[in-house]
Amino acid sequence: MGAVYKIVAQRLALGLLVLFAVSLIIFLGVEFLPGDLAEEMLGQTATPETVAAIRRELGLDLPPHIRYFEWLTGILQGDFGRSLANQREISELIGVRLMNTLFLAGLAAAIAVPVAVTLGVLAALYRNSLYDKLVNITTLSSISVPEFFIAYILILFLSVNTGWFPSMANVSMSMPFWDRVYFCLLPALTLTMVVTAHMMRMTRASIINLLASPYIEMANLKGMKRSHIIVHHALPNAWAPIVNVIVVNLAYLIVGVVVVEVVFVYPGLGQLIVDSVRKRDIPVVQACSLIFAATYILMNLTADIISIVTNPRLLHPR
Amino acid sequence: MSDLNKLQHLFAQGRISRREFMTRASALGLAAAAPGFMSGSAFAAEPRKGGHFKLGVGAGSTTDSLDPATYLDTYMQTVGHGHHAYLMEISKDSEAIPELAESLEPSSDAKTWTMKLKSGVEFHNGKTVTAEDVIASYNHHRGEDSKSAAKELLEQVEDMTAKGKDTVVFTLKGGNADFPYVMTDYHLPIMPSMDGKVDATSGIGAGAMKIESYDPGVKTELVRNENYFKDGRGHFDSAEVLAIKDVTARTNALQTGQIHAMDRCDLKTVHLLKRNNDLEVIQTTGTQHYTMPMHTNTAPFNDNNVRMALKHAIDRQELLDKILRGFGKVGNDHPISPAQRFFNEDLEQRTYDPDKARSYLKKAGLDSLSVDLSASDAAFAGAVDAAVLYKEQAAKAGINVNVVREPDDGYWSNVWLKKPFCMCYWGGRPTADWMFSIAYAAGANWNDTYWEHDRFNKLLVEARAELDDAKRSEMYNEMQQIVSNEGGVIMPMYASYVIALSNQVGHGEIAPNWDLDGNRSLERWWLTEA
Repeated sequence: MGAVYKIVAQRLALGLLVLFAVSLIIFLGVEFLPGDLAEEMLGQTATPETVAAIRRELGLDLPPHIRYFEWLTGILQGDFGRSLANQREISELIGVRLMNTLFLAGLAAAIAVPVAVTLGVLAALYRNSLYDKLVNITTLSSISVPEFFIAYILILFLSVNTGWFPSMANVSMSMPFWDRVYFCLLPALTLTMVVTAHMMRMTRASIINLLASPYIEMANLKGMKRSHIIVHHALPNAWAPIVNVIVVNLAYLIVGVVVVEVVFVYPGLGQLIVDSVRKRDIPVVQACSLIFAATYILMNLTADIISIVTNPRLLHPR
Repeated sequence: MSDLNKLQHLFAQGRISRREFMTRASALGLAAAAPGFMSGSAFAAEPRKGGHFKLGVGAGSTTDSLDPATYLDTYMQTVGHGHHAYLMEISKDSEAIPELAESLEPSSDAKTWTMKLKSGVEFHNGKTVTAEDVIASYNHHRGEDSKSAAKELLEQVEDMTAKGKDTVVFTLKGGNADFPYVMTDYHLPIMPSMDGKVDATSGIGAGAMKIESYDPGVKTELVRNENYFKDGRGHFDSAEVLAIKDVTARTNALQTGQIHAMDRCDLKTVHLLKRNNDLEVIQTTGTQHYTMPMHTNTAPFNDNNVRMALKHAIDRQELLDKILRGFGKVGNDHPISPAQRFFNEDLEQRTYDPDKARSYLKKAGLDSLSVDLSASDAAFAGAVDAAVLYKEQAAKAGINVNVVREPDDGYWSNVWLKKPFCMCYWGGRPTADWMFSIAYAAGANWNDTYWEHDRFNKLLVEARAELDDAKRSEMYNEMQQIVSNEGGVIMPMYASYVIALSNQVGHGEIAPNWDLDGNRSLERWWLTEA
C-alpha cells in the first residue's frame, strides 16, 4: 500500500503545479479579451471619465503582472478575494453554486452510472442480439444530439404537455431534499442521456475484450453460467478502463453543464463563470476555473487509485 | 360595424393601446359607445390585493449589484422600480408626473427648479424621506470619482440646496424645461442617507416592495411594503423576479405556470404563443430603436449626398418584416418616436428608392460606392442579418456594402464610436431633448455620428429652455427634419417590446417608455386570483 500513498503525494504536488499553470493561462486569456470590467459594466453608457473612475477604484489601471501577483498572494493565504463587479465575497458567491452543481452532478451520476454499467454488462452478455443493438442505437443517438435538444424534448413531453415535472429547476437552499430531487430530475435525466453512452460502451467493450482470455475460457469449460462468469470473473478485471471513463464523465458533469444550466435556469457554477467572463470579472473567473481544474485533477487521481487498488499486479509492482 | 369589431378584437388582444383604440374608434364616430365595448377586458377589473407574483426576465447577470449606479438592463431596472421610489414618474401618456415629489416648479428661464417632497413618506427602515436624502442620492452619481452611468446625465446640475426638511432647489448650468424627466431616470432613486452619504447596496428604498433576498443573476424575492405611500399601487403580497435568459426556458416556464409573466417573447414563435387562451401577448412600441450611425467627419460619409444615397438604399419595411417579424414601426432617420411628445407627424416617410439613391450618388460625383458596415449581434439581436439584408438592398442602388462581422465582446467599446459605419441600438430616452442631447448634439459623449450642425445645435439649446409647448413643438419638428435630411444616422426601425402575461395578471394600459410597463410591473400589476 505504501506505493499508493507515494503516488498520491506525487500526483497532488503535480496537481498544484497544474493549478498554478491554469490560473496563469486563464488570467492571460481573459486579459487578452477585448474590453475590461469597467467597459463591460457600463456598456453603451460608458464615458471616459466613468471608465477611468472604475479602473482607479478597482486597481484595474495597474499593470497585469502586479494584479496577478496580488491575486496569487491572496489565494495562497486562502483568500479568494471579492468579485470586482459587485464586491461580494467570492467564497460566499461560489459556495451555494458549487453545492448546486455538485448536487446536480451527484444526482445525474447516481442515475447514470448504475444504468450505464448494467446496460453495458447486459449488452456484453447478450452480444450482437437485438437488445444489444437497441441499447447501442439508443445511447449513441442520445449522445449524438446536442444537450439542449434533449433538454427541450424532455421539457416538451414531461413538462409542457403532461405537466409532470417543472420546466425550470430554480432550486434554493431552503428547499427540502426530495423537492430538490424532483426539481432537478429533468436536468439530471438530460445529463444521464448525454453521458450514458460513453460508460455503457466502455463497460461492454472491456468485458467483451476479456471474454477472449484463457481464464474465461476455462470458466466456460467448467460449465459456469455466462452471467456468473461476466459479473464475477470478467467485471473485476475490467474495472480499470470503466472507472476511467466514469470519472471523466463525472468531471464533465461538474464542469461542462452550462448549456443544461441555461436551459433549465439552474443556478450552478457554469452560469457564474459565463457571466463573469462576459464582464471580465477576473477573480471570479479564476476561482471558478481553479475549482474546475481541481475537479479534473482529483477525479483523474481517483481513477488511477481505483485502477491500482482493483488490480493486484499494479498494487505490488516488481 | 365590422371596423369596430376588428378594433375591439385588436384591443382585446392587446395589439393596440387604449389610446389608439379611442382615437380610431372616434374616427369611426363611435367615441361615446367605446367605453362600453372596453368593459370586457382586463382594464375594467379593479386591482386586487394579494398573491405571490412570479416574473421571468430575459436579462440579469451574476455580476449585477443593488447599487442603482450600476443598473444595466431590464432585470435591475424592474427590481429597482419595485423597491425604490423616484422623484418623478413617467405616466402612461409619457408625461412626467410627481412620485416622491409633491410639486416641482421651474423658474421662468427653466434654470432653477424647486422640488417639494410629499410629507411623511417613509423608507422601508422607517426613516422619513427628507431633502438630505434627495441630495445624497443624487450626489451618489456626481463628482469626480463617480462610476455611475448617470454621471453624464447629472452634469447639467450645477448645485443642489436643501430648504428645510422637504424642499430642494436644483440649479442647472443651463435652462432645461425637461428637467422633470431627468428625475425619472432609472439610475436615480431616492435612498436613505447618513451624514450626506447613501449606502447604495443596502437595497432599502421607499418603493412598493421590500427586498427580502437578493441573489444576482438568479432571483430576487420581495414582500409588500405595508407602508407604501401611493394609493392604488403595490398590490402583490410578495413577488419574485427570476433571471431567465434563455427565451425558450422563459416561454416554457410561462406555459407551465411557473411564472406569471415574461418579457422579450421569441418573435419567431410568438404567433404560436398567441394561440394559448391562458396567455395574453402585449406589444408596445415606445422609444426603443435601432440605428446605423455613420461618422460624418470621415470620408465618404462627410458628404451628405452619400448619406442620403445610403438612406434611400434601405428598405425599412423589409427589415421590419424580416428582422422584427413586424413587431415594430418603420423609422424615419431621426430618433424621436411616435409615442413621444413633439413627434413630427408631417415629416414625409422616407421609402426605399434605389433610383433616388443613384441620383444622390451622382450628385456626390460617384458612379458607385463601396462601404464597410461593422455588425455584431451585440448591437441588437438580428443585427448581422439586418446588415446582410441591407447589403442586398443597397446593391440594387449600385452601392456595395461590405458587412464586417465584429466580435460581440467589447462591441460598445471597440466598434461603436470607433468604426465609421456600424449597427447600433438605443433604448431611447423619454424626451426629444434628452435623446438629441446625448447622441446628436455637437461634442456629446455618445454623438456616434460626430455630427455638428449649427442650426440644430442652436435650436437644441433654445428649445430646452423654452417653456411654451407650442413653440417647442415647432422647434423639435424642425430638428427632426434636419436630422432626417442631413444627419448621419440611418434609422430603419423602432423595435416593440413584446411581453406575455398569464390571464391571472391584471394590469392597466401598458406604458411604452420601457419594457414591462415602464419597468413598473411590480408596482402597477396585480393578480386577479391568488
